[in-house]
Amino acid sequence: MSTQMSPTAAVATGAVGGISVIENAVCSFCGCLCDDIVVEVNDGKIARVRKVCANGRGLFTHYDPTPRPPTVDGREVNWEEAVAEAARILDAAASPLIYGLSSTATEAQRKAVALADKLGAMIDTTSSVCHGPTGLAMQAVGEPTCTLGEVRNRADLLVFWGCNPAVSHIRHFARYSVTPKGTLTPKGRRDRTVVVVDVRTTLSAKAADLFLQVRPGADFEMLSALRALVQGKEIEAETVDGVPTAQLQELAERMKTCRFGVAFMGMGLTQSRGRDLNVSELFTLVAELNQYTRFSVIPMRGHGNVAGADQVLTWQSGYPFAVSFARGYPRYGPGEFSTVDVLARGEADAALILASDPVAHFPSAAAQQLERIPTIALDPNRNLTTQVARVVFPTACYGVDAAGTAYRMDGVPIRLRPVLPVVRPTDVEILDQIIEAVQQC
Amino acid sequence: MKEHFTLITGRTPEQGKGLHEGKDSEAYRSATALVEMNPEDMAHLEIEEEQVVRVRTDTGHVEVPVHAGTLPPGLLFIPMGPAANVLIGTETESTGMPPFKGLTAEVEPI
Repeated sequence: MSTQMSPTAAVATGAVGGISVIENAVCSFCGCLCDDIVVEVNDGKIARVRKVCANGRGLFTHYDPTPRPPTVDGREVNWEEAVAEAARILDAAASPLIYGLSSTATEAQRKAVALADKLGAMIDTTSSVCHGPTGLAMQAVGEPTCTLGEVRNRADLLVFWGCNPAVSHIRHFARYSVTPKGTLTPKGRRDRTVVVVDVRTTLSAKAADLFLQVRPGADFEMLSALRALVQGKEIEAETVDGVPTAQLQELAERMKTCRFGVAFMGMGLTQSRGRDLNVSELFTLVAELNQYTRFSVIPMRGHGNVAGADQVLTWQSGYPFAVSFARGYPRYGPGEFSTVDVLARGEADAALILASDPVAHFPSAAAQQLERIPTIALDPNRNLTTQVARVVFPTACYGVDAAGTAYRMDGVPIRLRPVLPVVRPTDVEILDQIIEAVQQC
Repeated sequence: MKEHFTLITGRTPEQGKGLHEGKDSEAYRSATALVEMNPEDMAHLEIEEEQVVRVRTDTGHVEVPVHAGTLPPGLLFIPMGPAANVLIGTETESTGMPPFKGLTAEVEPI
């Protein structure tokens, strides 16, 4: 109902009879942050969502914004009681951990860092099991980047390495990279060459002009060979780890002679043997290609605001993930303060999980530790982590009923345009209350 | 008979759809509790579509049905989720990143 809309949403609302139509809403599901979504709201409920992809649709259609009471040990309590219990747990802990942050707005991420600072806690984001190695590579060799707007309007060569946008970022091809018609790419798809590098013939590979199938774990060798070929060095061997050298030579030539190339990379590099070294090699290749033409690289960020989590943690602490405030100042330690390591070694004695589901996505040995220690979860939806958490806060969903800002995968901040009135407490409000309660402990 | 394979995990459209329906839903469970194999490997091991096999790594084992997938021989794929998590260790090589891809795994028909 338009009269109940938050101010941000009301601007975007055109009322048609009893139905409100919100144009240009932002889907906060993945790092594409598509900001052209059309949502019809009827009687305070989302009736129809247009332009959204199969992954994002559920964000709008499966979220029930009806307020639910928080729980402590599965028992429904009032909000004050739940906040007091969360503060008591965190205050009593010698080595608390704050984890997640990627599916909430930057405003809530700032509060999470403030809480970690106050508690002397470790704080880590889902980046550590996603593009954490990319962060390490950026620190090692820099980041030759650009915006998705530049990709859309200028890029004539696209290389998707170890990522599968057709499944994970479904509208990426159509909105930003492969098919849109841009200033220097007026014919859209016909003005672009698409290369996919992967270990299996993915859905994305089927859309490629050139598909390079690599052996699992052989990415570093491929990238090293490409760097050599780009520099004009000869490779005598007929194949590089099973891939014909001629095919690599063809790709190297395409890369050097394109007008503007962009590499997109994903978990195929960060989660395979070599991890950050794979990414460093790709980023170095891209940097070196700038001696011949213009080339950039963009990590395919998964969660809607995981890029924002990196940004906020970096501007607040100086480091993108795996940070400890235990000594009163921020220290950086991938492998030491990253959450899987911390949980596997049993080094955290309490955890606050903000807007993520580590129990569903961590190796079992790490996930099970969250059942052994008192865990607090803030999440709009029930998930495997809320099932084991001692304190659960069902908060509003960013982009659907909660306002805020999120960072797209290319580092562009996008203001969210919520489509429903916010009735539930937001992550910001609950974190504020926990910070205040901790101060009074 | 056991055979050695390389295991990778990752997203699938069904896993993405299932997580919205709820991670305690049947849709999510059935989307994540499966292993994709190369059809030739399946024939070699005399495994049929939907047959349940035991997949084992150094970390653990799961029993999941087999789906024929567009994978090269020697490769296994399990969608990210609770079944895959049982097989993945916590050694991050000082990066924070567990070995989600490139694990050595055995497949044993049961």
